[in-house]
Amino acid sequence: MTLLSLNIDWILLIEKLALIAIVVFASLGIALYTTFGERKVAAILQDRPGPNRAGPFGLLQPLADGVKMFTKEDIIPSSASKWLFILGPGLAMTASLMTCAVIPWGGTIELFGRTISLQIADINIGILYIFAVVSLGVYGIMIGGWASNNKFSLMAALRGASQAISYELAMGLSLIAVLMLSGSLSLGDIVKQQQAGWWNIVYQPLGFLIFFICALAECNRTPFDLPEAENELNFGYHQEYSSMKLGFYLFAEYINMIMSSAVMASLYFGGYDIPFVNDAELQTHLGNWVALFQVGTLLIKIVFFIFLFMWIRWTIPRFRYDQLMNLGWKSMIPLALVNMLVTGALVLLKMNNWHF
Amino acid sequence: MEALTSRAKAVDRKPMTFLERLYLWNILKGMIITFSHIFKKKPTIQYPEVKRPFSPVFRGLHVLNRDEEGRERCTACGLCAVACPAEAITMEAAERLPGEENLYREEKYAAKYEINMLRCIFCGLCEEACPKDAIYLSETFAPANFNRKGFVYGKDNLLIPNPTTQPEATAKAKGLN
Ligand code: SF4
Ligand code: SF4
Repeated sequence: MTLLSLNIDWILLIEKLALIAIVVFASLGIALYTTFGERKVAAILQDRPGPNRAGPFGLLQPLADGVKMFTKEDIIPSSASKWLFILGPGLAMTASLMTCAVIPWGGTIELFGRTISLQIADINIGILYIFAVVSLGVYGIMIGGWASNNKFSLMAALRGASQAISYELAMGLSLIAVLMLSGSLSLGDIVKQQQAGWWNIVYQPLGFLIFFICALAECNRTPFDLPEAENELNFGYHQEYSSMKLGFYLFAEYINMIMSSAVMASLYFGGYDIPFVNDAELQTHLGNWVALFQVGTLLIKIVFFIFLFMWIRWTIPRFRYDQLMNLGWKSMIPLALVNMLVTGALVLLKMNNWHF
Repeated sequence: MEALTSRAKAVDRKPMTFLERLYLWNILKGMIITFSHIFKKKPTIQYPEVKRPFSPVFRGLHVLNRDEEGRERCTACGLCAVACPAEAITMEAAERLPGEENLYREEKYAAKYEINMLRCIFCGLCEEACPKDAIYLSETFAPANFNRKGFVYGKDNLLIPNPTTQPEATAKAKGLN
């Protein structure tokens, strides 16, 4: 009775739950096909046709992979710490899925007389939330590597943690420049500002570059896939994993990729903003369809970034560990700092009525 | 000292500049190279559907030939086994009985003729040694098998189908269709 008398907006709750379900399942579905895309892109860049046997054009390949993963024997090494061993992949997966809560997937739609925002939670500290969750993702690697009770996995976990910490710094610094421009920590606001004016990439090309490189590092994608390093660490932190636990780790990587692409698109490329079109004006003509187009636009941007991720992966080899640290601490952070200072100075000048 | 090749390049051990340490330009160059590969022709052959033709001098699985009347040509002289560097061929001879003239061309024939395909190196010396033109190397290869015994090919595997009674199968074995 107490719950009901609290005057909860039940419809809002249902609406959000539906949105969460849609977003999570859509992310999973896209991630499934990202694995397929990865193999196809790799193949095409290497003059091969890629998987083409399962279904038309090999489109059922991800399902076949899934069935394979599920039917493999699930091994927990006898010397592993059992609970942590199970917790690791779960944590990696949860952390990567949690990011999707604050990403604005589209504008608003009118349904049954309600205005529904296509963002699960427009919290005013959206960016900080993303940062917190991304940092949690490292725990997946750490715990997995530690619980395996294996020297190589432990090494990989150490590498993963130090890499993530180093690159999070530069990432944060490059973000501050964007935040200074927008004056808001809410992703929804940042996108709306870009809809009104230019995209942030125009003001922050260097910031975007730094952010992008750091995103590569955060997702453990080549050239920063040192925690996996199959030729030196035998696949690193997921060496002892098999079956669906391994699948979760691999899957989390792809979901991370999608989410970081979405964040990059939202921060620097106008999010769901349809380029060269005044969205607000369109909405008066087309109504709900605009939201759909906006989601489509965001998806196209995401796909572009994912392709960029893959393209880089299949082009360049992995960094050496010292190169990685040098790049992070001696190049990325100074550059991000300079970028931040210059942006700050310009913002201040503009506030004091300078014209340029 | 004269360079050994015109493409020799001195190793540059200058410390990298800041821009070089960012790696960006070189990575971009690499990405352009990989991108250009998207438009390259793929040399893949979709194997079970499309087969790559063998070269005309390909030496594959052996066949034991028959003559125009469908009689086995081999006379079990053993010259192929002697010629074989891998000692892959064994055979047992038998004498042709009256009434078997339509089966065997010579008075002596191979009752048992075996080639161990795991030993054979497909050199084709047996083909060259044979005085009766009885053994030939075809343009197929030994399919995979689960046990070693499966690779010892007897007469039932080697002998070409009879051209008078099974002309189609013979043509197929010769790769004529
Ligand atoms: S091809 Fe060469 S190795 Fe093979 S059976 Fe004939 S002679 Fe022996
Ligand atoms: S195949 Fe030729 S060489 Fe070998 S035993 Fe028969 S006739 Fe002689």
